[in-house]
Amino acid sequence: MNLELIIFIVLALTGAISAVGMITRPNPVISALFLIFNFFALAGLYLLLNAQFISIVQIIVYAGAIMVLFLFVIMLLRTGEEPKLFSEKKHIKYFAIVIAVLVFVQLGYLIFYEAPSEYISQRVQQSMEAGTIENIGQQLYTTYMIPFEAAGFLLLAATIGALVLAKKNFE
Amino acid sequence: MPINSSEYLQILPFLILGLGIVISTLFEMYYKNSENFLPWFSAILFLVTGAIALTGLHDQTVLFGGMLAAGGKSAIFHFIFNLGAAIVVMSSVNYLNKYGANFGEYYILLQSSVLGMMMMSAARDIFMIFMGLELMSICFYVLAGINRKKASANEASMKYFLLGAFATGFIVYGIALIYGSAQTTSIDAIVNNFSALTDNVIFIVGFAILLIGFSFKIAAFPFHMWVPDVYQGSATTVTGLMSTTGKAAAFSVLIAIMTAIFSENIPNTFVDYFAALATLSMLFGSIVAIAQDNLKRMLAYSSISHAGYMLIGLSAGNESSVAGIIFYLAAYAFMNLGAFAVISVIEGENDSNTELNAYAGLNSKSPVMAFFMALFMFALAGIPPMAGFFGKYYVFIAAIEADLTWLAVVGVFSSAISVYFYLRVVVYMYFKESEYDFIIQKNNSGMFAVMVSGLLVLVFGILPDTLLTQILSVINY
Amino acid sequence: MNSIPIEYYLILSAFMFTVGVTGVLIRRNAIVIFMCVELMLNSANLTMVAFSSYLGQSAGQIFVFFVMTVAAAEAAVGLAIIIAIFRNKLTVNIDEINIFKW
Repeated sequence: MNLELIIFIVLALTGAISAVGMITRPNPVISALFLIFNFFALAGLYLLLNAQFISIVQIIVYAGAIMVLFLFVIMLLRTGEEPKLFSEKKHIKYFAIVIAVLVFVQLGYLIFYEAPSEYISQRVQQSMEAGTIENIGQQLYTTYMIPFEAAGFLLLAATIGALVLAKKNFE
Repeated sequence: MPINSSEYLQILPFLILGLGIVISTLFEMYYKNSENFLPWFSAILFLVTGAIALTGLHDQTVLFGGMLAAGGKSAIFHFIFNLGAAIVVMSSVNYLNKYGANFGEYYILLQSSVLGMMMMSAARDIFMIFMGLELMSICFYVLAGINRKKASANEASMKYFLLGAFATGFIVYGIALIYGSAQTTSIDAIVNNFSALTDNVIFIVGFAILLIGFSFKIAAFPFHMWVPDVYQGSATTVTGLMSTTGKAAAFSVLIAIMTAIFSENIPNTFVDYFAALATLSMLFGSIVAIAQDNLKRMLAYSSISHAGYMLIGLSAGNESSVAGIIFYLAAYAFMNLGAFAVISVIEGENDSNTELNAYAGLNSKSPVMAFFMALFMFALAGIPPMAGFFGKYYVFIAAIEADLTWLAVVGVFSSAISVYFYLRVVVYMYFKESEYDFIIQKNNSGMFAVMVSGLLVLVFGILPDTLLTQILSVINY
Repeated sequence: MNSIPIEYYLILSAFMFTVGVTGVLIRRNAIVIFMCVELMLNSANLTMVAFSSYLGQSAGQIFVFFVMTVAAAEAAVGLAIIIAIFRNKLTVNIDEINIFKW
């Protein structure tokens, strides 16, 4: 049992439990807070994977900006609590959960069946270099320049779209 | 990686459209009557972009370190998208007033969505597919609910958004697994190693998840639940765009990532999946469409069954089936756009006159509209010599070549069912007395859109070889 | 240094993905459903980063960067849509938002 594995287990459990907590809590605010927890756990895992830049962006953009937007909207609309999870449409929901468990078992089985660790072993040095801001920035402006431009248009379209939906004056 | 400046010349269609979006945004910001000016600007922009894309047809290259392809199949798709969008713009001009959402932003979003589609069809890297898909989808989510005062538009937009985002989740997860197992994001590399990669279970799982995500986007059967509500609730012109060019863009991606099974002697690993999806979509779409009284809803179900016919091409998985799918997409785009353009002309305020009853005796109210609607209905039903017939014919022939005769038989059976509900519209228009009176507003640009699509449907139907030879000459890349 | 097999990361992300899918299927609040979609995107990001790190490439991490951009754009548009529907119907429960028959 080395330190890394312990950290992984702690973070993984945090992530998994907060994910389950998110979908089971009837109060949307608590769900959102669980999701933020989950994002923090993921940021920790990214650090463990030597992806420093993504880890920071995860906290700043995801947990910091996107989830705050969610919380704003939840509190703005004050939708209140949902009815208890299994109070209505019980059978469909049980069915959905059974299917999900089956899918998960299937996915897990296939992942271990293929056992990618047999041919993918971590290249520590390379992964340390790959995750730095310099490297990602350089790739972003050379190899991935076109998707980067596309992201610009995407954000422009999203801004215009959000403005039209929220602010446009109707006569 | 140094970028050769001549590469910019080859993505000229993208640059022009991108520049057009920026100019339109500036206009929208600083010019008061932008909604009167932007439609004409966008129509010209689309036509120019489409024409320039077509000039590069035989000049196939891969640019920007394997990110984008120029020419070939993508040029044909670019042409379809731009011409389709130009038709949509023409039918929107007067329609948006009736609909109560005559905004300049509508046209900017239209341009952005077309840019997204163009990226999807030209993509040679999974990154580009994803970015293009999202650019297109986000514009569609907004366009579906552009009139936020209408509850039906709100609902359409929300359903589309939630299910679209759900599908995006699948697509991203699928891409992640594909990236991990293929160790690259380049489509060419994946296509070249396709048969080796299909031994890798994670690749298969990732690919299957990706296909599920795209099945949402093309509106195939088990993943169709959003289609009727979204198509009925959105503005008619937007529905036309989503159901034709949006579908064509999703199919262009499927064709690109499945290239391996078309070009070489690689077994079609996913033939069962596609065949099952095709059968279910065709039969479900055709049978449920019979029960619909709302024309937009009927065309929504019919679009599910058309997705089924196109999926026959993917299950057949040979060269003639690719050509068949592309031909079908082109034909379907213009006949469906035409039908939606007619609906947008007939439609009154507050979504009235989209019921089948409103079309009773249309011939006496507007013979021209009735004639073109009949033309589009015949084309959608696949009656020769309209374009729809050859679309179906080519994919069915390809299926028979690939020893999937049963699938072709199911397809013929399903189109026989579909003749009923398409011809019902024609019967209503010509042989029924008008049930209630309403005035069809004068709509010259809408009329023009209808006529252009009608003309294209006829041209593709009477001279199918002109288009088909062009397609065949470029797919062997 | 790294002794964790990559399967552990993949299993964790598969778990989070299925939890997200389940959430979309069983929850009724549109905002929560959208949060479940965010969870799905994040599980995919974890897979991406894990593969990218184990392969020593940066492509996966750049993809994650783009996914975050898209998630931000989707959040802006999606929440605007949800607010628009709330103004009309005073609810975000997808069972109550049903003008059309399914």
